[in-house]
Formats: sequence, C-alpha cells, structure tokens
Amino acid sequence: MRLSTGIRWSGRLSVIAVAVCVGLLAAASPALAADPAGAETLSENPNAPLDFVWIIVASAMVFIMQGGFAMLTAGLCRAKNVVNLMMKNLMDFAIGSLAFFSVGFALMFGADRGGILGTTGWFLAGDNYDVSQYLLFLFQVMFAATAATIVAGAVAERLKVKAYFLYSIAICALIYPIYGHWVWGGGWLSSLPYGVGHVDFAGSGVVHSVGGFVGLAAAIVLGPRIGKFDLKGKARAIPGHSMTLAALGVFILWFGWYGFNAGSTLSALELRTSVIAVNTTMAASAGAVSALITIYAITRKLDVGMALNGAIAGLVAITAPCAWVEGWAAVVIGTIGGIIVVLGVLFFDRIRVDDPVGAVSVHGLNGVWGLLSIGLFADGTYGNYTTEGPFVTGLFYGGGPDQLIAQAIGALVVVAWAFGAGYILFKVLDLILGTIRVPAQEEIEGLDIGEHGSSGYPNFPVVEDVPYR
Amino acid sequence: MRKIEAIIRPEKVSQVKNALEELGYPGMTLTEVKGHGKQKGLVQQWRGSQYRIEFLPKVKLELVVENGDSVDPIVTAITENARTGEAGDGKIFIWPIEEVVRIRTGEKGAGAV
Repeated sequence: MRLSTGIRWSGRLSVIAVAVCVGLLAAASPALAADPAGAETLSENPNAPLDFVWIIVASAMVFIMQGGFAMLTAGLCRAKNVVNLMMKNLMDFAIGSLAFFSVGFALMFGADRGGILGTTGWFLAGDNYDVSQYLLFLFQVMFAATAATIVAGAVAERLKVKAYFLYSIAICALIYPIYGHWVWGGGWLSSLPYGVGHVDFAGSGVVHSVGGFVGLAAAIVLGPRIGKFDLKGKARAIPGHSMTLAALGVFILWFGWYGFNAGSTLSALELRTSVIAVNTTMAASAGAVSALITIYAITRKLDVGMALNGAIAGLVAITAPCAWVEGWAAVVIGTIGGIIVVLGVLFFDRIRVDDPVGAVSVHGLNGVWGLLSIGLFADGTYGNYTTEGPFVTGLFYGGGPDQLIAQAIGALVVVAWAFGAGYILFKVLDLILGTIRVPAQEEIEGLDIGEHGSSGYPNFPVVEDVPYR
Repeated sequence: MRKIEAIIRPEKVSQVKNALEELGYPGMTLTEVKGHGKQKGLVQQWRGSQYRIEFLPKVKLELVVENGDSVDPIVTAITENARTGEAGDGKIFIWPIEEVVRIRTGEKGAGAV
C-alpha cells in the first residue's frame, strides 16, 4: 500500500486500471496518459461504474452535511446572528472548495515529496484531468469543507465575516490538506513503523480533530461572547433560538454520515460498507444515550441539547475506526464518546473558553478518541482499505500496543498541528484586520444587522438583554 | 367608573374571557406582558448549564365598569377562573376612572362604557 502515493491511492480506489496506470507504470513511464473521457478506465475495469455511482452518491451525502451543520449551528445560536451564520456556512464551502481545487488537493494527494507534501495536481490540470482523479477530488473536497465548517460553530456570534472568509481559504488550501497528506496522501504518519502505520478510516482526526482544534484556537484568540461568563467568571447559558433546527441539523448530519464513513471505502466493491454503516449507526445511538444519561446524572435534567451533541460525538468517534471494529465495539466507542462530550462541554465552560455549539468537545476531543480507539478495538479482520492484509489489529485483539502507539502519535500530531496552525492563523488575521472580533455594540445588536444589514427573521424583534458586560 | 386590571396566566385567558362574557361584560382589552412576582422566574437548562427566565409571559386584561355596577362578581369571576393555586397566578388591581369617551360618537361618561 505504501510503495508510493499513486499505488496507495489507487488501492483505495480499487480501480485496478488506475492502480496500473498511476502506480506501477508511472515508475516506468512518467508521462502516462490521463483519461478525461473515461473510456479507457471503463474498458480496463468494467466494475468502475459501480464505484463511480457509489462515490458520487456518497459525496452528495457528505455535501448535505453542510446543511446539517448550518441548521445545528443556527439552532444552537441566537436569532440575531443567523444571517451571519448562514453566510459563513455557505461561504466556507464556496470559498473553501475553490481553495481546495486550486491548491489543497495537490498538497494532499499530489506526488509525495519527503512524506511532507504533495506537489502535483494544481487546479486538477494535466494528468489530473482524469475521471478517477476527478472522482477522488469530488469526495475529498466534501471532507475539506466539512473540516472548515466545524470551526463556524466555535467562533459563532462574534467573529468578523471577513476574517472567516480568509480563514476558509487557509484551512482548505493549507491546514487541512497538509495534515491530510500525512495520513491519506502517503505522508509520514501513514508510514510510521508501528502497526500498519497511523490509520484514520474516514477522518476522525483528518477532518474532525483538525476542525475541532482549529476551532479551539480560534475561540481562545477571540475570547468569550459578551455575557457568557458572569462577574465571578461562572459560565452562563446563552440559549440558542431553535432546538427544532438543531435537532433537524443532527438528523441531517447523521444521514450524511453514512456517505462520509461508508463512502470512505472509495469503492462499491468493498462490501465492508455494511459493517461500516452499522457501526456508524450504533455509535451514534450509543453516544446519544450515554450523553443523556451522563448529563442526567449531573444535573437531573433530560437535556436534549446534550443528547443531540452526544449523537454527533458518537459519529465523530466512530469515523476513524468504523471499518476495523465489530458492532459491540462501536457501541462502546460511541458510549465513551457521549461521556466525553458532556464532560468536555462542562470543562471548557469551567476554563472560560466559549464554544457556542460545543464544536471542540464534539469534534476535537472525540476525534482524538476515535483515533485511539482503533489501537484498542481493531479486530484484525480488515486491511488498509482492502480485504487483503496487513490487517489492522488493536490491543484487545492480540495486536499488542503497536497500533495504539501509531494512533497516539497521530493524535498528538493532529492536536499540535491544528491547534498551532489555527492559533497562528487567527493571531495573524487579528493583526492584518486590526481585530477579528466585531465591535461590542454590534455583537449585542447581532451580527446580522452590523455585518450584513439584514435580519434572519425580519418580523420578529431579536435583541435581548445582556446582563453582564 | 372603575377599571379592573388583572394580570393572569396566558393559558387562563379563554376561561376568564368566557366567565366575563357570561356575567355580561363582553368588552375587554388584552396586552401581552412579561413579569414576575415572588416566584422569581423559572430555571431551565441549555446544553448542560442552567439559566433563569427572569420574566415570564403574562396577559394583562383590562375592563371598565359603570358606577352602579359592583366589581365584586367580576373579581370573583376572574379569581375563580384564573387560579391554579401555584405561585404565578397573578394579581387584580382596581382603579378609579375619571372619564370615558367613545371615539365613534363622542359620548362621554357611563353611556360610553
């Protein structure tokens, strides 16, 4: 799998023709022909249409997760900021996908240079004008945009929209693809000498931890919203304006996650998809139940906001291990994810980091947990995106600590990279723009009026009292 | 002439209105208001942290009666129909009214009520 980027990725595609073209023949004859029409790909692999249909459907399912994130964030935030939130949720995809198309995809999946960066495929031109490369791009651009949109929740209700536009370029062109190359593009993390190397099936680390820890850095640089902490520094609830929208968002995300995880086989011929889809379901259910029980034990309230976060926490946690664990392990992974999200939200409140939707706890912390869980629960029945060995085997299945070590290294690296890069990025934006935060009066009146001159609900007054300033 | 001003629970409005109509007082004015008395708002929970809704929605119901009419049956009708027995049932205030003018005809005094 790890002979070269080309071979690794072709293996993931399971398109034999491409494996031959891009991988082995590439070494012999560098000037290989791309196949922009698809005729050669089809004649060399009659099964290719199955893969194409599955990956395009899965890509569309991951795309609709943008709508899920938009509704979840809107619901958990106040009505006076929804225009701003919708603008950010639309533009992080629009701007981010342009950035990933121009630069990000090449850095992530181009020909590897020293295990650090990809270097070919800018603008999907030249040899990348190829049906299989375009297919890979389609699926991957959805993932880049997912990482980008996670941060919208952590910076909600106070970040200037211009700063968010610039951030969207930076995460999709640099922060996400560089780390992504290390894990999925044939970079150094994937070739660690422990287990099969660091693995992350659908992106607990590559997508969710990256988004979550960039979000944490951004929330720290920005500071809390006015009124989030009282004069003694105790966290106050700032209720969002629609639990209905938040719940709709979670259901849309859960739906899209089947494409996110099961689509990550990058092939319809990998029948492991059914195991992945069941694991995805069970982890989400277990996360919702365990988050509900955990918050009930602490506050004696059946808190629907926490239960919704718990479902997403379970989904984030199962994203990395989904192809390598059994159903019972998915339940355990999701259960622990649900506990992590509740404790995480209460912890960040206590240390005075204001994360309006809980993005850091849901995506950052559970992304790390998902990576580590592979090292514990991987059962040795499935290989590295293939039914062939070497199989991914964790501590509880006789694999020893090696895979866990590879997972822990990757987890440390993603936290350091995403938090570090995010912190520097938002500090630099703060210098360039004067400040990345809207003025206090605008924050109180709502970003909708101040940043956009329009209102999400024009027939309703939406400004509320601010007790602590 | 006197004005009866009652602050009641929103969910009791229909019941109180029906009782007043049966008594022969179909005319009234309602205002949606917010407030709290001794009960001091309501504690709710949002994603793990609790918060207090300081002022709860109430309805202010106003009607004016002639000099000759006793306010007692009206007060009784409102108290009986707006009561739950819990804190937050509201209050009734009775005000003297100096003058009443019917805008349509310009009539003044008792005839305008």
